[in-house]
Amino acid sequence: MYRKNTMGMIGLITLILFVAVAVFAPLIAPREGLEATCPCNGTPFSPPSWGFPFGTDNFGRSVFTLTVWGTRISLLVGLLATAISMLIGSVIGIVAGYYGRWPESVLMRLTDWFLVIPFLPLAIVLASVLGRSLTVIIFVIGVTTWPSTARIIRAQVLSVKTRPYVERSRALGSSSWHLTTRHILPNVAPLIFANTILTVAIAILSEATLAFLGLGDPLSISWGTILQFAFGAGAAGAGQWWWLIPPGLAIVMVVLAFTLCGFALDEILNPKLRER
Amino acid sequence: MTETAPGDAPVLEVRGLHVSFEGRVGLGAGMAGKKATRSRAVDGVDLTLLRGEVLALAGESGCGKTTLARTIMGLERPKQGEIRFEGEKLGTSAKILREYRRRVQIVFQDPTAALNPRQTIYESVAEGLRIHGITNQDGLTEEKLVARALARSGLRPPERFFLVYPHELSGGQRQRVVIAGALVLEPEIIVADEPVSSLDASVRGEILKLLLGLRDDFGIAMLVVTHDLGLAWTIADRVAVMYLGRIVEIGPAEDVLTKPLHPYTKALLEVVPEAGGLSRPILSGEAPDPTHIPEGCRFHPRCPEIVSSAAANAGVEARCRGEDLALIELRPGHFAACHLAAARRDDVVPSTST
Amino acid sequence: MSVLSVRDLQVSYKTQAGPIPAVRGVSLDIDPGEVLGLAGESGCGKSTVVNAILRLLPAGTTVSGEVLLNGEDVLSMKPGRLRAVRWTGASVVFQGAMHAMNPVQRIGDQLAEAIVLHGQAGEKEALVRVGNLLEQVGMPPRRLRDYPHELSGGQKQRVMIAMALACSPSLVIADEPTTALDVMVQAQVLTLLNKLQRELGLAMLFITHDLSVLVEVCDRLAIMYAGRIVEEGPSTPVFETPAHPYTEALAAAFPAIGDQRFRRAPSGLGGDPPQPESVPEGCSFHPRCPLAFDECPTIVPELYEAGEARRAACLLVPKREAVAP
Repeated sequence: MYRKNTMGMIGLITLILFVAVAVFAPLIAPREGLEATCPCNGTPFSPPSWGFPFGTDNFGRSVFTLTVWGTRISLLVGLLATAISMLIGSVIGIVAGYYGRWPESVLMRLTDWFLVIPFLPLAIVLASVLGRSLTVIIFVIGVTTWPSTARIIRAQVLSVKTRPYVERSRALGSSSWHLTTRHILPNVAPLIFANTILTVAIAILSEATLAFLGLGDPLSISWGTILQFAFGAGAAGAGQWWWLIPPGLAIVMVVLAFTLCGFALDEILNPKLRER
Repeated sequence: MTETAPGDAPVLEVRGLHVSFEGRVGLGAGMAGKKATRSRAVDGVDLTLLRGEVLALAGESGCGKTTLARTIMGLERPKQGEIRFEGEKLGTSAKILREYRRRVQIVFQDPTAALNPRQTIYESVAEGLRIHGITNQDGLTEEKLVARALARSGLRPPERFFLVYPHELSGGQRQRVVIAGALVLEPEIIVADEPVSSLDASVRGEILKLLLGLRDDFGIAMLVVTHDLGLAWTIADRVAVMYLGRIVEIGPAEDVLTKPLHPYTKALLEVVPEAGGLSRPILSGEAPDPTHIPEGCRFHPRCPEIVSSAAANAGVEARCRGEDLALIELRPGHFAACHLAAARRDDVVPSTST
Repeated sequence: MSVLSVRDLQVSYKTQAGPIPAVRGVSLDIDPGEVLGLAGESGCGKSTVVNAILRLLPAGTTVSGEVLLNGEDVLSMKPGRLRAVRWTGASVVFQGAMHAMNPVQRIGDQLAEAIVLHGQAGEKEALVRVGNLLEQVGMPPRRLRDYPHELSGGQKQRVMIAMALACSPSLVIADEPTTALDVMVQAQVLTLLNKLQRELGLAMLFITHDLSVLVEVCDRLAIMYAGRIVEEGPSTPVFETPAHPYTEALAAAFPAIGDQRFRRAPSGLGGDPPQPESVPEGCSFHPRCPLAFDECPTIVPELYEAGEARRAACLLVPKREAVAP
């Protein structure tokens, strides 16, 4: 069914390409090209040419090499942050939805509290207190994105909980564990999956934002940090489009790809959205 | 399942059952002294189900029949009252509750919703066995037990249905799967909540035949919740009519459905559609909801006997308006909670057992 | 002249697997002031017939045949004329009508909307007419200021009936109007429909799966199975002495209380009503028919004469008639 969805397939293929680039980065572009002092570097600030398809940065490094290697960090951070977010969000959502009454109230108030924490100020505060690193970024993104997941999952659990086949299982005498694992989880899992896909998109975008603002690890190369350097060196004013467009375009394409996949999954899982 | 003849001994007894639902009050309103509305869904019910008997629980929506059935199944908690299964009081030990859950099974109204769409038929039927840790019974393996239950439900050959998913079956077949899921645990009682109302009309008869057959072959007692008095006529031994949380009439099906004593039962029977012209609805308006139960006889605001002054003429109108009453045995085995019907009898024998 | 005259209506839905015929040649007539009941179970096509009459079918559906409403062919009307005819020529009381109301609009405004949309009156006069309509359906006119959630189920259904009458149609189509209601409210609604039908001289098409309701309310019945009409005739004779085995089985699902023949003797048919995708060859009822014989899977029976103003599509009918004295 997924195969028939054109948008979904475009998204999926794009993603596979990017993942391949991240995995095979050493084969595509030399690692030494990331060093500012690499003899392979060319003239700084030069536009695209045969040897340097995306031109060079302020150190003469090939922007192509930078972008290729940046794929790794960007995707990694996005995936790890999402894993944390989904784990926390799902567990809280399921527990709140299943048990109801006071556990639900407490957990939902907690969720609301985290929901309103502003993303950027938290990132800035944590970066200054704990120092700038990838771990901090992953933590910040994880902590600020789980609440919306929790709410969606809880709503779905509430809906599944009252379905007659769950009641039948209860009437048969099943334990909470049995109900949760054999009935509720399988029927909530598709929603979790679709939500995960969309959260990764958000996480990658968030990482780029934080890195761009200088809160990321200055020693790692991600698309956000490339943009940060570019802006810092005045690339926009100097018209050095080759330095800005590749990382920016990469971000847009990956986020778009994840979103298309997420929408395709949503259509498949929600029959009402499917066209007749 | 035992082989004893129907009517020996009560297999289920309900005494003084009260189940109510609280409405929600917001924090602010609560602090301002506003009380939550209380819906008295089941407001004092005594009921006995005999071994191998089919008892129909009839009434309109809001009368509490579904809540009563769900409470018997343990899906709702009663505020007051007790349930005894084969003489043992429920709620005293977890062991009894677990046994109870095995020997009292439920068949839901909508068979499509009652089956997990992601489980195969085999898994749905075997679930009960797995929950109760039954791997071997009568010398049969789980697979053979599932096959036997499916076959008894009329799905033959049973193996053909093992790996099928619910959406591949028709409504009637799905209901048979649900029934098989109940049968596999060899229950003493099956509680059926509107078992055929969501099925096509031409298919209903077969499912009802199946249920009756289960009683005849295995002595399973049945509590059938329905709004359809025609269904009660077809399969029930006894009929209990409920109104606003109480049983207002109960007795043998032939008596209750052809010689009703309570004005509400009479009104319900009057409007069952049949050939030969439009029946005139005797009652106007709709049943009040369970949050506002009238004083005295709960039916008195709508009672045609008061409107027609029959109650006044018999001198009971004041009692109808002011005095709540329990079921009274007006014929052998036939009870009704009606002052007028009681007054019309020469000798009134209040009874403690229904 | 008939109010509604349907001739050989055929409707096919478009699906990914190809066109599926849901209605396979249905013809019926309703005279002014007559009530025709259309009975059948899921998949028989009765709702499709209703939607076809007012051209409310989804895009891509193939429709052929004639639907004459007061002499005009609905299927070939221009869109402007169709819009004018919808609700003024024929109106519908839908299934689950209680959910068909806008929850944030007062019912008086919703009723008036229909009147104003069809240019039958200005806004002020429309509200007066709404008051009259509510009285006709047994509700106090002041309730036009209420919102839908303030009404009970039975009251909402009365409002839906009022809405169907708003533009004084000559035909009212009631599609399962009492299915979700309690028996008492159902009786009240049926009594109301009966009263209105006689007072206003309406023609009615009453659709339901509940045969016992139809027998109470309708002059004539038509029974549908797998997209075709399999029996039609005056309601009481059709119900009490059916000519088609399917009608007999359907009638047996609504036993008369007090009739000892039905006591502890439920009767039904094996199998399930066929879905439009998989209709059996020949007589579509033969796999479930207790009286099927060798010719049944090969011949599609037409509607044979089966008594006074009665017809049934069963191969046994001509045999019976031949033997009858």
